[in-house]
Amino acid sequence: MSLKPGEVNLGTSIMAVAFNGGVIVGADSRTTTGSYIANRVTDKLTKVHDLIYCCRSGSAADTQAVADIVQYYLQMYSVQQDEPPTVHVAATLFQEMCYQNKDQLSAGIIVAGWDKKKGGTVYNIPLGGALIQQPFAIGGSGSTYIYGYCDSQYKDNMTREECIEFVKNSLALAMSRDGSSGGVIRMAVITEKGVERLFVPGDKLPVHWQG
Amino acid sequence: MAPQQVKPVGGFSFENYTRNAVLETKGAKPPKATSTGTTIVGVIYDKGVCLGADTRATEGPIVADKNCEKIHYLAPNLYCCGAGTAADTEFTTNSISSQLELHRLSTGRKTRVVTAMTLLKQMLFRYQGHIGAALVLGGYDINGPQLYTIYPHGSTDKLPYVTMGSGSLAAMSVFESKWRPNLTREEAIAIVSEAIEAGIFNDLGSGSNVDVCVIEENSTDYLRNHVRPNERGIKEQSYRYPRGTTAILKESIRNFVDVVEGDAMDMS
Repeated sequence: MSLKPGEVNLGTSIMAVAFNGGVIVGADSRTTTGSYIANRVTDKLTKVHDLIYCCRSGSAADTQAVADIVQYYLQMYSVQQDEPPTVHVAATLFQEMCYQNKDQLSAGIIVAGWDKKKGGTVYNIPLGGALIQQPFAIGGSGSTYIYGYCDSQYKDNMTREECIEFVKNSLALAMSRDGSSGGVIRMAVITEKGVERLFVPGDKLPVHWQG
Repeated sequence: MAPQQVKPVGGFSFENYTRNAVLETKGAKPPKATSTGTTIVGVIYDKGVCLGADTRATEGPIVADKNCEKIHYLAPNLYCCGAGTAADTEFTTNSISSQLELHRLSTGRKTRVVTAMTLLKQMLFRYQGHIGAALVLGGYDINGPQLYTIYPHGSTDKLPYVTMGSGSLAAMSVFESKWRPNLTREEAIAIVSEAIEAGIFNDLGSGSNVDVCVIEENSTDYLRNHVRPNERGIKEQSYRYPRGTTAILKESIRNFVDVVEGDAMDMS
């Protein structure tokens, strides 16, 4: 569904990458209404459980509503089952919401996190409501500019540091080419031990070819 | 038997929706809603939150109200500025304020800012943007001062300084050039007033006076018409014609009826 007039858009660059020991999720920080930047320091990485995050793209209202509902379901789940949900459970809940309401939603969501069964895992839920497990996922309007870069740079079993650099560089490239993306880079490193939030200010972004 | 009268219980009425849609296809123009073409802002400072609003309400090009109130009460520690459709902001804030009061009565706790924010966003999301309420929500709870913007479609942002409405660009330019962390109460009121004045002077949809609301841990001060930059001045000269400007050429009084004294009224 296309964006309604006046709707707040997350014209976005988001990504999630699995490495050995966990996953890293990353996003730019720009929220727009038409040509106006409504928020230049947005946090598009939303916690839905202790070790499960989602990256939101599309309509801000739709993705916030979906994430709030899934967060509530997962909290109920962990209390009733007396164990934390797997990333797969979280991703399936997201898919259910996105697929069954596909006519009314514009939400592209990447779900990533760490669980005991599979370790660091990444799921992509594009617009139609499909659910795809991937070693890494990119999304949002800015992602179209970096498919080639990501495919060429991604390696299996990266270290934490390699992975951070990969996310940082990919997002910086997407943000520099996509007008609807920009601001700062926000990241979250999710491992068995917990979540570490990282922040790259707009004047410390990695610099590539500037022309 | 007479038809049962239904007591109005409040809420939005959609009973004329289908009829109006049909009328519109036949060329009838829908009535224009009063829109608060507005400048509203908010800023967090060291020990509180400060909200601001202009006081102009417009209907298309007409100024409908020169001194309206756009800072709405939600709870003693929570206020909300409204932009967009005047009726919707008024109605939405009233409805949420009522729900919060009942919630307070049932929990016996001070209302939290997130509670109000969640109620507002879930209601606006349910109406899919048809309720044209764009809000700046500010308040003080156990987590300290907090500030949110809420869009008509139900998305929210949490920021240290925010602006909304048609004058938001003018107001934001003030914040982006003058805001710094850890403002004092006086500095916060000053920067909010300046941001609203930027909207009043540079945005056609905004005008008249500056309303300010300052919320701290144990106090809420509603400063109605804190700044009045558009006071009507005294005219330098009177343009009234003095008596006798037009010469009287002739005067004639004619009696069309004869007044006759009748008998005295019988008062017995």
